[in-house]
Amino acid sequence: MNNFEYVRAEGLDGAARFVAGHHGAKFIGGGTNLVDLMKYNVEKPTALVDLNRLAMRSVTELPYGGLRLGALVTNSEVAYHPVVSAKYPLLSRAILAGASAQLRNKATTGGNLLQRTRCVYFYDTAVPCNKREPGTGCPAKEGINRSMAILGTSVSCIATHPSDMCVALAALGATVQVAGTQGSRSIPFAEFHRLPGDQPQVDTTLAVDEIVTSVDLPAAGFAGHSAYIKVRDRQSYAFALVSVAAGFELADGIITKAGIALGGVAHKPWRNAELERSLLIGKPANRDTYHAFQLALLAGAQGYGENDFKLKIAPVTVVRAMEQAAHEGEQA
Amino acid sequence: MVGKLALEQRKDLAVATTLTVNGNTHTLDVEPWTSLLDLLRERLQLTGSKKGCDHGQCGACTVLVNDVRVNSCLCLAVMHDGDAVTTIEGLGSEGNLSPIQQAFVDHDGYQCGYCTPGQICSAVGMLKEGHAKTEADVREQMSGNVCRCGAYPGIVAAVRHIMATSQTEGAR
Ligand SMILES: Cc1cc2nc3c(=O)[nH]c(=O)nc-3n(C[C@H](O)[C@H](O)[C@H](O)COP(=O)(O)OP(=O)(O)OC[C@H]3O[C@@H](n4cnc5c(N)ncnc54)[C@H](O)[C@@H]3O)c2cc1C
Ligand code: SF4
Ligand code: FES
Ligand code: FES
Repeated sequence: MNNFEYVRAEGLDGAARFVAGHHGAKFIGGGTNLVDLMKYNVEKPTALVDLNRLAMRSVTELPYGGLRLGALVTNSEVAYHPVVSAKYPLLSRAILAGASAQLRNKATTGGNLLQRTRCVYFYDTAVPCNKREPGTGCPAKEGINRSMAILGTSVSCIATHPSDMCVALAALGATVQVAGTQGSRSIPFAEFHRLPGDQPQVDTTLAVDEIVTSVDLPAAGFAGHSAYIKVRDRQSYAFALVSVAAGFELADGIITKAGIALGGVAHKPWRNAELERSLLIGKPANRDTYHAFQLALLAGAQGYGENDFKLKIAPVTVVRAMEQAAHEGEQA
Repeated sequence: MVGKLALEQRKDLAVATTLTVNGNTHTLDVEPWTSLLDLLRERLQLTGSKKGCDHGQCGACTVLVNDVRVNSCLCLAVMHDGDAVTTIEGLGSEGNLSPIQQAFVDHDGYQCGYCTPGQICSAVGMLKEGHAKTEADVREQMSGNVCRCGAYPGIVAAVRHIMATSQTEGAR
């Protein structure tokens, strides 16, 4: 690990200004991803600004019925929060499907959003990688790509976003609140992460000096009908190969609201609200509907060899998650 | 490269850090790149917490920070100024084992013992969290602690024993 300066943030403004004014400075939340990457010399910050003393540690109910998750609330605290378990069970399940209890106790809401890919080449400074060193190449495409993306890839990068929590947040349609030297703004979840394009080194639309202050959940949380299915190599403590977060609101067997997102298949949680409107809303909650939706959602998916199996697993997992969500609460 | 970096350690970047470890308060000048695990083992000579992977993957370094179990290898010590840390040394000692330590002995909860301090700290943390009810819950919520000897059945039995005798209060 390189030497770096350590600064305890006392206020949002000061923290943002410090990072804006110090080349190579970074924020740190729980440190479970950043410290790991620093040990591999993948991240070499000149300074770390510790956000942990800022007042972003609470979960508060919002006036219109939503819920605000402060950026420093840990993944465990969110998953077991009584309002989250009752109103947003999809989020609890997704979080508890990820990492280990110890890691979830340390990992923060903000940090989870900004965790980086687990691509093995990204982690290995001895080999090229466009995400780590732009312009050097992407060995994953013809190499070890079992965990890589099948949708939204580019010539320069086929990495996936590894978060489970973010897949649920995408399905729920959360909003990310951020603050920086240019003021504060709200970013719809679908616009927070980006596809690699020709800038795979940039994971999100967040500016360097912007701090995630909270993640806001909408009033509707799919409390009655949701499912999170995670396909992985081990039953626990393994990243998703493919995961699906599915949520419905149903009226007499007809879908009135839907949120379906996939993890492990792209550079960002994969959701298409347009397709949900045209192929799900107003349609009966049955296998034909799910199948037609799955075909459209996964259209254009492409494998790179080792990850070809995802082309088979993704469709069945989408259908299974939708079925499970629709039948939640029914007697078997 | 690593050696060169080690030679160039910038002592001037050290930060005064106060930690209460197993009830004893220490104020130390800590270089920001020191992990809590390295501080415990190398500065405080508390070598009970083990370094298995140094990357959050094995759980051998699990300690309790303010009663919450975390991987000390991924904690920067300077970020824990003012915190209370409990390691295996703080749970019990030879001849004065805590109930959970005794249960590991009684139920063959280890073979080589390398993962054991982490397993026990993790179990104490899990019992405090209070979300595990069944054997499947225990296995899932202890999955962050890997045992290369495969002592899992004994580990689960030890933890289940403590749950059954509801000695969670006395577990520390
Ligand atoms: C062994 C292992 C297994 C794992 N398995 C899984 C898994 O199965 N599923 C899963 O989803 N995750 C998994 N994880 C990843 C884990 O979820 C992330 O490491 C964690 O969520 C990151 O949160 P953090 O607070 O520790 O982030 P940090 O490490 O503190 O930060 C990560 C990044 O976010 C930035 N950052 C942090 N907070 C803010 C903020 N408020 N504003 C702006 N920038 C910020 C930092 O600068 C850094 O770039 C695993 C991790 C490990 C080590
Ligand atoms: S897939 Fe992306 S992260 Fe992996 S080697 Fe290629 S450029 Fe790097
Ligand atoms: S040494 Fe910390 S998890 Fe392995
Ligand atoms: S007892 Fe040997 S690693 Fe667990």
